[in-house]
This record gives sequence, structure tokens and C-alpha cells, in this order.
Amino acid sequence: MSPLRADLEIVADWVGAGDRVLDLGCGDGRLLRYLFDSRQATGYGLEIDPAGITQSIANGINVIESDLDEGLSDFDDDAFDQVILTQTLQAVQRPDQLLREMLRVGHTGIVTFPNFAYYRLRYHLAIRGRMPMSEALSYAWYETPNIHFCTIHDFEALCDELGIHILERRVLSHDFKRPLLASLIPNLFGEVALYRICRA
Amino acid sequence: MAGSFADDSVGLVTPRTVHFDESLALDSGRVLPGYTLAYETYGELNADASNAVLVCHALSGNHHAAGYNAPDERKPGWWEACIGPGKPLDTNRFFVVCSNNLGGCHGSTGPTTHNPETGEPYGADFPLVTVRDWVRSQARLADHLGITRWAAVAGGSLGGMQALQWAIDLPERLAHAIVIAAAPRLSAQNIAFNEVARQAIRSDPDFQEGHYATTGDRPRTGLMLARMLGHITYLSEAAMGEKFGRDRRGKPNDYGFNYDVEFEVESYLRYQGQSFVDRFDANTYLLMTRALDYFDPAAACEGDLAEALRGVTAPCFVASFTSDWRFPPAASREIVRALLDTNKRVSYAEIRASHGHDAFLMPVPRYREVFTTYMQRVAAEVGV
Repeated sequence: MSPLRADLEIVADWVGAGDRVLDLGCGDGRLLRYLFDSRQATGYGLEIDPAGITQSIANGINVIESDLDEGLSDFDDDAFDQVILTQTLQAVQRPDQLLREMLRVGHTGIVTFPNFAYYRLRYHLAIRGRMPMSEALSYAWYETPNIHFCTIHDFEALCDELGIHILERRVLSHDFKRPLLASLIPNLFGEVALYRICRA
Repeated sequence: MAGSFADDSVGLVTPRTVHFDESLALDSGRVLPGYTLAYETYGELNADASNAVLVCHALSGNHHAAGYNAPDERKPGWWEACIGPGKPLDTNRFFVVCSNNLGGCHGSTGPTTHNPETGEPYGADFPLVTVRDWVRSQARLADHLGITRWAAVAGGSLGGMQALQWAIDLPERLAHAIVIAAAPRLSAQNIAFNEVARQAIRSDPDFQEGHYATTGDRPRTGLMLARMLGHITYLSEAAMGEKFGRDRRGKPNDYGFNYDVEFEVESYLRYQGQSFVDRFDANTYLLMTRALDYFDPAAACEGDLAEALRGVTAPCFVASFTSDWRFPPAASREIVRALLDTNKRVSYAEIRASHGHDAFLMPVPRYREVFTTYMQRVAAEVGV
């Protein structure tokens, strides 16, 4: 299997040995497979895309076809150590409700999303007058599954409002490799934001 | 003629039977002194018997799941879409076994076979059997074939219920459970449909309290009606609409003003009903629908399905079809939820298909793809 994306590597580092994990929007199941193998984690992936479900099955993980917009009612309170949401927050109907649900069923949440205040995206909109596209946002406006873009500032404000405690934040620049500027001025230079959160 | 079969068909197959002399205690309290099971197999059993898959049939099914019993057989076995070289149950890897359920009418001991105590056909005297009884009877078939642990037990509809019951009752004897278009129990509506079907049969004057075998008459009309009703519930409204619409045999606006067959859907249902009568036994239909009604593993645990599934060790693959209103996705999700509640390994796919309940028998591309992928994983795990 090809190596994990840099953002997923950070996520994996946040997962403890033997953790029970729920991966929301697990895609092809690559992250969970890695966590099963390298962390002896257990758990499930939820996915709505048929191709993702088939690939997840091929990757040997437990995948449940689910629509995150319908909530996580299949799961009991505190059922998981970690509930992970990578690059999916912006694609759900009610990010606020999903964040609440994540921290209902899990002790800790891990959330990553593309930062819409990233300078290249600002450039697209401000100078070129076009809807932004980038490596992390590879869809044209008419075909994108992303409906709720947010910025680092927005996300932190929402956490504050929901009584969610931010345990840790990491910010990656566009090539996932030059985090210096991103760590200095994250909202401008961070392309991808990564958070570890818990109930306050 | 064998060369005329499709490359991905198992081709010509010969049904077999095996008789068990050992008595079988049934859930009803009755005891069968011995019994015969008819079965077919496809593919080759490997040296350590690790590649065997048991396929369980649905309500009106039998052991003829794939291929052809005769070179000129018009239709192949009922799960031809899923069994054969390169198909989900790939006979290049797996040894697939399908038996006719106890109580069936295609070679296994049932209402049409002779009661050794009387020398007459059992008829209505054949005891009611349950899904658990079927699992017990099939376990002996596994013993007979030298299979201590199935790589998977698979089935759709009532067959999926058997796969689930296998996982509950004999967890050490299957590596995976494949539960397709099934439910953890019937809804009241489902039981109601079954009751109408049974009443159609039982109120036919030729039913004769189930002892029709001695007279030569059979409750043909009742059984036909039961099947017609069943068939409506197996298809979706959309599937029926696509297939027949309001098409009629006569010219438009040229009505017969009688009750002969005019609409194509009437013709179809009558054909399905009549051809069913030629191949199925009314007592078996009663018995199978009752087994469906009774299936409810949670009942033993005060309705707690998760508790009923606590002992399951086999990873489960659960699949449902969006247009299935007989066993809708919500019913499969109940099974999934109960497995999640006790941290079982489970994968679930909800397949978009317009065919209704019958979709599990059809070559729906995504269904084949996800089922094939799961079985490849099973193959990898059991090392075949």
C-alpha cells in the first residue's frame, strides 16, 4: 500500500495503541488499515461512496455504508476512543451537529479540513474572481461535494460555541512539508488544518 | 452440449442426496428418526477443506443454485448470478455447497417424502421446522462432506437468516457470514402476507387438510394464488412498472369487459403462479413461510438482538437493496447495529437497485463487485 498522506500520518500519530476508532468518511479505508496494522487499533469506517466501500472491503477494514448527515445514532455514547473526520467536515449538511455527535460517541475527536482562508484560495477569489481550486480542493464549484467551507478562525469559533476543547492543532502548508509559515500565520498560510478535540 | 454453457457458468451439475440415520430433535419437540438432504456442489474441495462455502436458499428455493441439471435445461440454478468462475462465489477458489432445506420438496425429507412409520407421504404430518433446525441438519451435511469450518455461510432473504443463525449457533464452524437482503425478524406486514398466502392454500378445497397426496388432487389454485401474492412483494413498484406498465394484449381501448387476462402483468403473474405449482409443494410452502414467521433470534434474549449475537465470532458481510420493501435496508441495518453494539467485525453495503427484494438474485453490477471483493477477502483470510 502506498504511504499515507502527510496529514494522515499526523492523524495516525494521535491514535494510541489498541484504540477503538471510528473513521467518518473513511474513503478507501487506507487510514484505518494503517491504524489496524501499526496501532493494533480496532473499529469501523463509515462511507457513503460505493467505490470507497468496495475499496475499504478490499483493504480488509470494517466499513458501514452510512450517510453522515443522518447522524451517528447507530453508535452508543462513549463507544470509541477516537472519532476521526478527515477532509469531510466541509462536505456535511450540519458540521456543528456532526462535531457534537463525534464527541458523544468518542472520547476524542480528530478533525482535518481544508482552510478556506489559505492565501492561494484568497488569491483565486480576490484577484482572479474564480472559485478557488487547489490540491486540497480539487473540485470545480459545480461538482464539489463540499458545501460548508470554513477557515481556521471559523472552526475555532465554532468549537468555542459548542463547548469543545481543542487539545492540539497542527497546520500544514500546501505541499504538506513547509509548515514554518503555516505555523506562524496559520489562517493565511495553512492549507490543511488538523485538530484534536474533546469535550470541554 | 456442455460446451454451450457460458464460460462463467459451472455448467452441467448432478444433484446428490445423503441420508442421515441419526435422529434429529426439532425445535417443535418432534423428532425425525432420520432424514435425507438433497444437495449440489460446485468447484473442488481443497485438501484441508478450508475453501467450502455453504449457500442457504430462500423460501421457494432448492439445492439447484447454479449451473444446469440437463443440457437442455431452460434456466440455470437460482443463484447463477453469483456462483461460478469469476463470480462472487468463485468456483475456481471455493467449493460451494447448497442443500435443499429439510421440509423442502426437491429431494430432501419433507411433506412429499414417505414417513417411515406409516409408509405414506408425510403430507401435513411433517413437523414444522425452524431456521435453527435447518442449521442443525446442515451441520451434519458439513460433517458428511468433511468440512469442519465453512469459509463462509451465505444466503439471501430466508437464506441470509440461516447464515445469521449459523453464526449464532455454531460460531466456531464458519469463518464468515454473508447476510443479504435479510431481516432479524419479520415485520407484522410480512407475517400478514404469509398468512394470506397460507390461507389461499388452506382454503383451497383440494388442500384436504394437507393430506392431498393420497387423492392425487393438489391445491393448485391456492398455491398459485400464494405465489402470485409473493411475487408482487418480491418486486418493487418501479420494477413492475418498467417491466409491464399498463401494457395490454388487445388494442388500446379495446377492453374485453370480462376477467380474462388482458394486462401483461396479469399474464406474468398467472404464468409465475402456474409454473410454480408444477414445481412446488403446498405443504412445503406453508412450512417455509412459518419458519420465516418464527425466525427471531432476539426473542431468546428478551428482544435484545445484540445480546443474541454476542457469541458471534465470524466477521459478517451484510447487504441490502434500496428498493426492497419486503426486507428493506432498515431491517439489515438492525442486524448491523446489533453487531456494532457488541463490537463485531461487520461490513455493510446498501445497494442501489430497482428490482425490489429479488435484486439479490440479479446480476446488479455494484452488488457483484462488492460481494466479489468481500469474497476475495474471505479467500485471502482462509488462504485459498
